Amino acid sequence: MDDTLSYPPIDPINFDLIIVGTGLPESILASAASAAGKTVLHLDPNPFYGAHFSSLPLQDLAAFLQSQSPSPPPSSAPSDGNLTAVELTTRRMYSDVEITSHSPEPLEHSRQFNLDLAGPRVLFCADSAVDLMLKSGTSQYMEFKSVDASFVCGGDGKLVTVPDSRSAIFKDTSLGLAEKTRLSSFFKLVEGHLKSDDERKISAEDLESPFVAFLSKMRLPPKIQWIILYALAMADYDQSDTDVCKDVLKTRDGINRLALYHSSVGRFSNALGALIYPIYGQGELPQGFCRRAAVKGCLYVLRMPVNALLLDKFSGSYKGVKVASGQELFSHQMVLGPSFIVPSPLLKSSPDSLQDVRGKVARGICITKTSVKPGVSNCLVIYPPKSLYPEQVTSVRVLQIGSSLAGCPSGMFVLYLSALCDDANQGKKSLHAAVNAIFSIPISGTPDHGSTDESENTQVKPTLLWSALYIQEMTTCSFESISSTPMPDGSLNYNDILDATKELFHKMFPDEEFFPETTFSEPEDGELDESPNGESLDS
Amino acid sequence: MHGRARKTPTPQEEKAFALKASKLRPLQSQFLQFHHNKTYTKEALEVCAKLLEANPEYLTAWNYRKVAVEHILSHSETETEIDPESIKSIFSEELRVTERAFAQNYKSYGAWYHRKWVLSKGHSSIDRELQLLEVFLKKDTRNFHAWNYRRFVAALKNRSDEEELQFTTDMISDNFSNYSAWHNRSVLLSQLLEKKVQGYFPKEKVLTEECNLVHQALFTDPDDQSGWFYHLWILDRMVKVESPLLVSTWPPHGSSINVSVKGCLDKSTLSPMTSFDLNTGTIPVILYFSEAVEGVNSSTINVESIYDATQDLIWTPLSTNNSGSAQAWVTYLNFLEEKFHFLQANPLKVSVGHSQGIVSLNGFHCAHPTEFEFTVYVQPPTSQHTDLQCLEMISWGDENFHICETHLKESSPIKFSYQLENNEDNESTTYKWKAETIANEIALFRELLSEANCKIGKLTLARLLMAHDVIMSYNKSSDTYKLAHSEEVLELYCDLMNSDPSHSQFYKDEYSLVLLQQLTSNLESLLRHCYHYRDLSSSSIHGHICLRLCNLSLSRIGSIKQLLWIQMLDLSHNQLRSIEGLEAMQLLSCLNLSHNQIGTFSALEPLKLLKALKVLNVSYNEIGAHSVNTRRYLCSSPLSHTVGSDWNFSEFAIDSVDVANYWEAFFIFKDLKLTQLDIIGNVVADEKFKVFLLKVMPTLKWLDGVELQRHPKP
Repeated sequence: MDDTLSYPPIDPINFDLIIVGTGLPESILASAASAAGKTVLHLDPNPFYGAHFSSLPLQDLAAFLQSQSPSPPPSSAPSDGNLTAVELTTRRMYSDVEITSHSPEPLEHSRQFNLDLAGPRVLFCADSAVDLMLKSGTSQYMEFKSVDASFVCGGDGKLVTVPDSRSAIFKDTSLGLAEKTRLSSFFKLVEGHLKSDDERKISAEDLESPFVAFLSKMRLPPKIQWIILYALAMADYDQSDTDVCKDVLKTRDGINRLALYHSSVGRFSNALGALIYPIYGQGELPQGFCRRAAVKGCLYVLRMPVNALLLDKFSGSYKGVKVASGQELFSHQMVLGPSFIVPSPLLKSSPDSLQDVRGKVARGICITKTSVKPGVSNCLVIYPPKSLYPEQVTSVRVLQIGSSLAGCPSGMFVLYLSALCDDANQGKKSLHAAVNAIFSIPISGTPDHGSTDESENTQVKPTLLWSALYIQEMTTCSFESISSTPMPDGSLNYNDILDATKELFHKMFPDEEFFPETTFSEPEDGELDESPNGESLDS
Repeated sequence: MHGRARKTPTPQEEKAFALKASKLRPLQSQFLQFHHNKTYTKEALEVCAKLLEANPEYLTAWNYRKVAVEHILSHSETETEIDPESIKSIFSEELRVTERAFAQNYKSYGAWYHRKWVLSKGHSSIDRELQLLEVFLKKDTRNFHAWNYRRFVAALKNRSDEEELQFTTDMISDNFSNYSAWHNRSVLLSQLLEKKVQGYFPKEKVLTEECNLVHQALFTDPDDQSGWFYHLWILDRMVKVESPLLVSTWPPHGSSINVSVKGCLDKSTLSPMTSFDLNTGTIPVILYFSEAVEGVNSSTINVESIYDATQDLIWTPLSTNNSGSAQAWVTYLNFLEEKFHFLQANPLKVSVGHSQGIVSLNGFHCAHPTEFEFTVYVQPPTSQHTDLQCLEMISWGDENFHICETHLKESSPIKFSYQLENNEDNESTTYKWKAETIANEIALFRELLSEANCKIGKLTLARLLMAHDVIMSYNKSSDTYKLAHSEEVLELYCDLMNSDPSHSQFYKDEYSLVLLQQLTSNLESLLRHCYHYRDLSSSSIHGHICLRLCNLSLSRIGSIKQLLWIQMLDLSHNQLRSIEGLEAMQLLSCLNLSHNQIGTFSALEPLKLLKALKVLNVSYNEIGAHSVNTRRYLCSSPLSHTVGSDWNFSEFAIDSVDVANYWEAFFIFKDLKLTQLDIIGNVVADEKFKVFLLKVMPTLKWLDGVELQRHPKP
């Protein structure tokens, strides 16, 4: 990378916007700004699209996790004229990376994996990311498949199906008859509330109350409250004691999350349930938006590190960047991916460069050859707080993706795990507990034998072949003269990230529309296609 | 697909329709030309196919294709031997035409029929049909055309009922809100149960499993009706006794009947319930079955008597629909004066069901042989000729009725109606299973109703509670048995009337039936409604017992089997719209229907079958108030009767009145031998109508409480 001659010169050199990093928020901004007629230069030091939102082959993923050490300060040559060059440094976003290999098999097929860095992540059929993809035309670059089922770990440690729809309630075998009535009438209550029918609106007072209190008020038994809170509304923290809970889910938010789930079921006729997942992994999303941006004239250069920011000598304001090739490029606006540290002279609010870190999320990627649930390939499993061990603070969510989604070689399954945490110990403890609950882990030195006798007993746990556990920092968006985009958050979908990105766009371009309707081009067959009767998302 | 409101087309849409129609018109006239000229060329068929593609509802074109295919096949056979391949291709072309039509409208009757016709010819492969159906059922899981066609294909392919049942299971677990799937399930299970296929026997096991399945649907969405209908079907299969039963008779078993040949019976010494005046020299024998039956005649019913007067008895169905079937049948025994020894016992024995022939409408035979015996005493005539109805006007005022003395209960140990349905052994496992299952269901739906306010759940609970009471009443003496749940059931129906006003009439009917069942369930409660007409001692007219069911909000009559003995009935101040069922009460001579909601004379049709009726009060009803009779479909119409043949307008001609408007009244009253009629307070009852009535009924002595001064005919 030090051969500067290998970099072709970039032409032109003046842009409305320069973005560094091709994570999902950066890609959406690039796409939105291009669609709004802005000239955009989109750079990424990595040789692939997606940054922290990408899907990578197994070895590349391991390398990416471990290489994210602060870059050594490049030799900075002071700029001429009225400009000062300020070195651009990065910070480490991943820590406590723990990679274990119990079998050489996954590594042998390294390139057949598309592992999500920011897993577990899914799309709800009705969520804003799907809407945005349809609106922007990005959906034509992608195909999706359904997540077949959701399970939640009950108080007894057993996994039960999440009764998330009318027919799921009908088929459910773990609920009693009266419980079925209560659950489905609660769903109807939510539906009635959303239909803006004044009579059936939930009172404002109730909407402000903790969701758990509202569920109790509706006489829902604890078992059903548990399912609604953690498996449908996806609450992270234990809601049972609202006085000590770090993040109390309000009824308003709980209802909105149920509404999202509810409207997702049946939105596309060829989606089985509420959740879908892109073929080839979540990394397809940033790529899709980049393609969309490129179509609208955005200029892309990968493998192009940015060495320094160019500031006005007198005012100290941002003027441009100096890239690894030594070329200087200029723009009115600047967006940096989350791992770059915005140099302190440009920070008005706080000198602390880590001010925007807002907690950590523990993530895990596990590879096995047996499904958690026999006969189910792609599924979501929720371990609510306290279900794994008494001190478990946050939900552990597990997404299993089979080879039908091209995330792994056939015959294998990838399981993504995540849990919010305050520190690495807490996060790792949750992940380890979940891994132990799901897998049988071969004792080191003994050959892998777990998969040979699995047919005799379906209750045999899947054998863990390979795993990577790591702690990821979370950051928020910031809007300054140089803006930064957020890291992947701890939730299952992109809604919060998308909202933040949209807000950032409006701050940067107050007069522009975020993806005007006209940008949409005709989708081809085999993509998200919402017909009037709510149908079709196919491959 | 479903639940979408029909919209009136916008002007643009109407324009588009008009444009489409104008394009079709030349095609259509071209086609008709071909059709008319019996042209069956390739070109003609193509025009027809184009037409059908645009408008699959055009049945003429489908029929033309059938004729054309037949024509081509028959003509080629005569000329040159037609090879099987070309026959096949002709039929494949027909299949293609239907498929193009389905693409336009997959609910086109014509296209489905045509496809059936093609396949039934047997020249085409039927392997593709199930795939085709899958496509259609995916589009619309409740498309009943596709379900019908599926049954047809399944039969053609000899698919087993089990396979088809599994298909319904799959469809139901996809979305249980599917009437078609539940319905097909009930059809298939009926067949499997009947054939006692492996795994579908015993019936109790299968029905319990089905019950458990449908409970999942009912509890998941109590407001979805499709599951409830299936549940109702299961309950029917559980509870219903298949073969018809004789449930009640008159005279009752073991009774002694006192009759006088010329009226004037001294009833003071006799039980008023078993004595009555006999003017015609005949007494009725009524058989009341659990459901409508046919085949009641002298060969299926054996009547033994010391006299031979019982030979060749004619049994008449008591029904107004001329169908030859009825729930109640009657015959008249002749007691001709000269043959009888007064006061001598005349024992009779009636045997029912010893030979086959009495069949329900579903084809089940009356399989339980039953006998009953009674004795007739003919009273000698006394000097006093007191014919109640002829002597004095009946007055329905309260002052004329007196509560029955206690002695009535004690001195009349007769069973007022004979309960014959106690044929079920209440020790049998089936009986126990039934009782247990219904009790379980009751508990379950009480739980459901505590969770959700659900109309159909309440209705089902009410039905279950009544079914439970009926099962519990088996082999219990009707004198003492009380319905345990009737009060709760009545409350449920009241609740439903309030909460579901659009169906309140139905609930009111059900309420009435339950109320009557409750009133007649035992002698004690029934006697509370029995009154003496006038005082025993004050008048020569006495001994009449009147059943007074006034002010009970009744909208329907029921429990007739308990009331066959009634001679005088007061149903005034109710909400009756129909008196269906009353036709079985062959002893009835005085009837008060005043202050009800009877809207037409047709609603009074059951009265035509009451030979003994003398006194009728229909005052203060709504006859003539409704210009359009919305309930006529439940009653008769002039089209179903031969009323025209003996309807001689001129005979009843009254100045300036179009008597043809009175055909309904004529139809009801022409055969009645009423002596007393009250009709005041009905819209129809104007002066002209009264004149008309006098002409139709020469026997009338009192009209609206006024004694008639008939002028002797010139």
